Amino acid sequence: MEIVVLAKRVPDTAAEKRLDPEDKTLDREGVESILNPMDEYALEEALRIKESRGGGDTVTVLLMGPDSAVGAIRKALSMGADRAVHVRDASIHGSDAMATAYVLAQALRKVPADIILAGAESTDSRTSLVPAAVAEFLGLPSLTYAKKVEVGEGVVRVHRETEVGYEECEAALPAVVSVVKGINEPRYPSFKGIMAAKSKPVEALDLASIGADASRVGLAGSRTEVLSFQPRPPRQKGEVVKDEGDGGVKLADFLQQRKFI
Amino acid sequence: MAGVWVLVDHEAGNVRKVSVEMLTRARQLARELGQMVSAVFLGSGYERARERIARFGPDRVLISEDPVFEETVTVAQVDTLEALLKEEGPEVVMGSSVPFTKDVLSRLAARLGVGVLADVVDLNLEDGRLVGTISAFGGATTVRAALKSSPQLILVKPNSFVPEEAPSSPEERRVSATVSELGRRARVLGRVVQRAQERPAVEEAAVVVSGGRGLGGPEAFRMLEELADLLGGAVGASRAAVDAGWYPHTHQVGQTGKIVSPQLYMAIGISGAIQHRAGMQTSKTIVAVNKDPEAPIFSICDFGVVGDLFKVIPGLIEEIKRRKGA
Repeated sequence: MEIVVLAKRVPDTAAEKRLDPEDKTLDREGVESILNPMDEYALEEALRIKESRGGGDTVTVLLMGPDSAVGAIRKALSMGADRAVHVRDASIHGSDAMATAYVLAQALRKVPADIILAGAESTDSRTSLVPAAVAEFLGLPSLTYAKKVEVGEGVVRVHRETEVGYEECEAALPAVVSVVKGINEPRYPSFKGIMAAKSKPVEALDLASIGADASRVGLAGSRTEVLSFQPRPPRQKGEVVKDEGDGGVKLADFLQQRKFI
Repeated sequence: MAGVWVLVDHEAGNVRKVSVEMLTRARQLARELGQMVSAVFLGSGYERARERIARFGPDRVLISEDPVFEETVTVAQVDTLEALLKEEGPEVVMGSSVPFTKDVLSRLAARLGVGVLADVVDLNLEDGRLVGTISAFGGATTVRAALKSSPQLILVKPNSFVPEEAPSSPEERRVSATVSELGRRARVLGRVVQRAQERPAVEEAAVVVSGGRGLGGPEAFRMLEELADLLGGAVGASRAAVDAGWYPHTHQVGQTGKIVSPQLYMAIGISGAIQHRAGMQTSKTIVAVNKDPEAPIFSICDFGVVGDLFKVIPGLIEEIKRRKGA
């Protein structure tokens, strides 16, 4: 079975993120990049599916991004993915969620996939739009926000997380499944894994090779447009008191004054 | 007929607050645009939803209670909306910016080859153009964005607008569901309720009481639940508390959890690392209790207490009960 994991390169979770004033895209200057932590859950799930089926499956990581995203690809390979496909093209820069999904879907026409796994969101833009859109572009079913995944014969069964529990769903393969945090505990790359990653194949594809229409991608091709942005003014520090046995009462005073009580 | 459409977010006819927030804003925008507001209700339970929808003044409600919406996943809604859009050509379609609805508008956008604005917290007309405000990077940056395509698909975050009633007697039109072969390829086998939802959802609550590492274990969350109940709020948790297994991750607030913007956010035993602040810093009022006077949370709170939360919180709970009883 061919298992594909959609991955994204994002700024480090602890980094202050900002937009570039020039083109209003994410400013990656001086910011450490990592593999989207949410995609690690998807990759871990892919590796577990492969292992539970005897290890004969192939796990491919598919990532769209500039050359510098190779660090995130290496991380995925060192965790245990067998190979990677890296879609890079100068005209991709500035693609919004739908344009990104379009490119990934086009790439998936070249990459065999019985099941496509993805993190339910990225920690930078966090729209969660990509997995369902990829499925739609390919005419596939999607089961999103899975907190449990089971692959059967030509079918995938998942528990989709809801506020009060879950929805038990089933889809015919091939299908797109996005997973939530907490579905598993992603493994740390082993030393052996890190060494092995260096010799694993990374296939580079550009827009032409996946037959993507360049007018639908990048800043110009995206159907959303950032008009302007500004940093949020810093919050004013309020009153901080030391508890002298009356902390609860003082807190109640504050809450009552603001009409929360 | 052009118009502004609102996809009603509901659970078996129990209309979520975000739906009436959207209907309120849709009505204001439609007035400026000289257009009509249609509420679109897909799924079972319209009788239950009927009165609440009408109180927020749509001109019309399009209804399909076909069981297919509960039996299948996402696509039947997309198929049905696509057919209705073709027939009617509305200018704007609004949905709630929450997981399952995001899938519907994402697929609809892909199918129509249009864009979608997600996580919108404000929506205004500027020189005739619809401009959405998006709070990016956990509220660190405010972005103004617009769509270059039509119909304009907009996902609105809960708590973005103040609901205002404007009772109407909307025309009710029953429509039929459309389901493609693709729509039948993903089915719902069952729904499981694991915990009674006695509290509002973290993302929708007006008050969120969150606990972190300082709670020292899962037991102290009972105390926060009691406080949340007294304030009519939800309980949140920091990444440290969730990773330690003290509280379910569906309650996690922060960059790798939910982003919330309630009227009141209480950070209890949470130091306020950037990853947590990214999930709550746009809250209207922030209160913090922490034993470390140097905790970064104190630099962004409106009111803070430096002290032992196991003394301060029980004291607060007693005081609220006393004042409520008075």
